[in-house]
Amino acid sequence: MRKLAIVPALNEERAIGGVIDEIKAFDSTFDVLVIDDGSHDRTAENAAAHGARVVRLPYNLGIGGSVQTGFRYAFTHDYDLVARVDGDGQHDPGQLTALLPVVLGDVADICVGSRFAGSGGYRSSGTRRLGIRILAGTVSLMTRQRVTDTTSGFQVLNRRAIALFAQDYPHDYPEVEAAVMLHKHRLRLAEAPVTMREREHGSSSITALRSVYYMAKVLLAVGVAMFRRRATPVEDA
Amino acid sequence: MILAGQTPLKVSIAATVASLILLGVVLELIRSRRLRERYALLWVLTGVVLVVLSAWRGGLNTIAGWLGVETYPPAVLFAVSLLFVLAVLLHYSTVLSKVTDENVILAQRVALLELEVSELRSETPEGRPAPAEPRAAEPAAPAR
Repeated sequence: MRKLAIVPALNEERAIGGVIDEIKAFDSTFDVLVIDDGSHDRTAENAAAHGARVVRLPYNLGIGGSVQTGFRYAFTHDYDLVARVDGDGQHDPGQLTALLPVVLGDVADICVGSRFAGSGGYRSSGTRRLGIRILAGTVSLMTRQRVTDTTSGFQVLNRRAIALFAQDYPHDYPEVEAAVMLHKHRLRLAEAPVTMREREHGSSSITALRSVYYMAKVLLAVGVAMFRRRATPVEDA
Repeated sequence: MILAGQTPLKVSIAATVASLILLGVVLELIRSRRLRERYALLWVLTGVVLVVLSAWRGGLNTIAGWLGVETYPPAVLFAVSLLFVLAVLLHYSTVLSKVTDENVILAQRVALLELEVSELRSETPEGRPAPAEPRAAEPAAPAR
């Protein structure tokens, strides 16, 4: 079984090496692919020095475009399984133990690490928590399935999900819309409780000011996604 | 019989001249290949419709009557041009979205190809590209 860890990173020169080492320490059979989304620091060099393959995007594409680059790579290089781990160190690769069995046991096509599914000690500001609640509620209604964490980028995917996302993946804040897409394509989504770490360096891409804009955009995208024709996933040869 | 207002002749002339200039500029841009036909179609349509409505006063008066614009028929010209401007703007947004999507795909492909090229390079000894196969000598151009 060929396994790939996709690590999107933007200006994470201080955290990226540790993330790669942790993935390798967790399971050395994982190939690590870092997608450098137009960083202005030494993210790519540091990632390469820690033994990762590095894709350097010519300019910033945003998280959706970066992650899709990884899915395209996984698809064309015949990987059977992808683990997505953020390059800022907030995901603990050791907790892939909670996600992997769900996909390997074919219980779901994609398993998302959720901060709210279990008794995780995740703290965040009140408004942000409210936003996550609203999104989770909306997505749960649309997919007729309880989804607790729609913004988590800590995921494990099988070949079917890789094929779909290599072909079609939402842009800016993709996880919410991706959940609806999966439902429309009748792929199975599952959540597993994880805890996430405080960011070690840098700052989150979602600031308080942008949250409202973000919410409106995501709700529009999700609402429209329900009425969109299904993209034809590339045939899995 | 609908009692429609009349379009003043001066207004009609001025509007016709303006529309003709617009149409001329559009056609010239297409001719000199500065505007692709597929993006120009809406502009040509705009120009033609405006020229017809400006020059043909009877038509404009009648349409104004249908629409209930009783006092000043040239107001219909404003409405029509506004609609076309909105159509063109919306068209631009779709074009821009398409170009953005294509740009993303291009960037992804370039990045993946770069990775592949650098990996192929490092597989050859001394990290340099393998010497290209000597090409079969091109047949010399027949001397005349």
